[in-house]
Amino acid sequence: MNELAITVIGRDRPGIVADVAEALARLGANLTDSTMTRLRGHFAMTLICVGPAAADVEAALAPLAADGQLLATVRAVTPDGAIEPAGEPYVMAVHGADRMGIVAAMTRALADAGGNVTDLSTRLTGSLYVVVAEVELPPGSSDEVAGRLARTAAELGVGVSLRLADTDLL
Amino acid sequence: MTAEYAGLGGWVPEALALPGEVRPVVSAPDPVLSRPGPEVDPKSDEVVRLAADLVATMRVSPGCVGLAAPQVGVSAQVFAVDVTGHPKAVTVHGAFVLCNAKVVEATRWKAGREGCMSVPDLTGDVKRASRLVVEGMLPGTGAPVRLVTDGFEARALQHEIDHCAGLLFLDRVAGAHAVYQRKVYL
Repeated sequence: MNELAITVIGRDRPGIVADVAEALARLGANLTDSTMTRLRGHFAMTLICVGPAAADVEAALAPLAADGQLLATVRAVTPDGAIEPAGEPYVMAVHGADRMGIVAAMTRALADAGGNVTDLSTRLTGSLYVVVAEVELPPGSSDEVAGRLARTAAELGVGVSLRLADTDLL
Repeated sequence: MTAEYAGLGGWVPEALALPGEVRPVVSAPDPVLSRPGPEVDPKSDEVVRLAADLVATMRVSPGCVGLAAPQVGVSAQVFAVDVTGHPKAVTVHGAFVLCNAKVVEATRWKAGREGCMSVPDLTGDVKRASRLVVEGMLPGTGAPVRLVTDGFEARALQHEIDHCAGLLFLDRVAGAHAVYQRKVYL
């Protein structure tokens, strides 16, 4: 079974998701995980589907890109193997005056501590820059990671908080 | 000496005997919003004036249910709250100002969407206690207050106490996709 990673990016308009989903459905592709949002007004969608060959999906999505407003990419990916043991889930929030390199420095500090970013969003509004990242940390490392993050944030002149993610099960 | 905590005892902002002046509200990333405020002397003239100004500024700001000293550029543990008439409020203590307030009991945590005058373009999902006990002091008399509340007033109190500690709702959002561009402005 082919597993495909597809991205669709470009000028937003009503109906892009429907167009993409219909094209995939016609090919018998099973849309599994997907995410779509608007980034500063630009349409941005990433999805995984299984079924058809990459070339067939590319051809089916080609009309979407015909007017030059959207870019669609398709590539075959290897299905994930066994999932590694999860770390401890935390939420890192960073906010402060916008400047170059906030995400780079903060995520490097996380990576150096063995942390893995599992979800990330950033927003610039006025001069306020906000980063919220969900991260998995090596068990028992959160205090040390919090210290590293605080030092990096102080160098950048931004604030950071690291909190255990809410994992209530109902 | 242990203070004897009581309720608001009918306290109203008029007890400050000052009209209060509207002060400009600062926005993130102003560093004053990220600095923990010091405790204050609730009887000092400066704090009484600040309390009156917070109430006055809160009252002229549409939809504002609470305002903390750092939001008017003063790093201090003083805030005003008034959730009167808010559709989500259950228990309502009217308009009041607390100094040096601390959360002493917090239970029944619930997620809810929050905004902030100092972060005007964003909202976020934040988990807060919906049953809350707060202890603080009244400006002017310095009388100790123990407030038991719930629901939206509890959320507002936690938001303002956070401000006094140099924290924004952004520091408590539930996850990477729990921050939203504001769509409706009051």
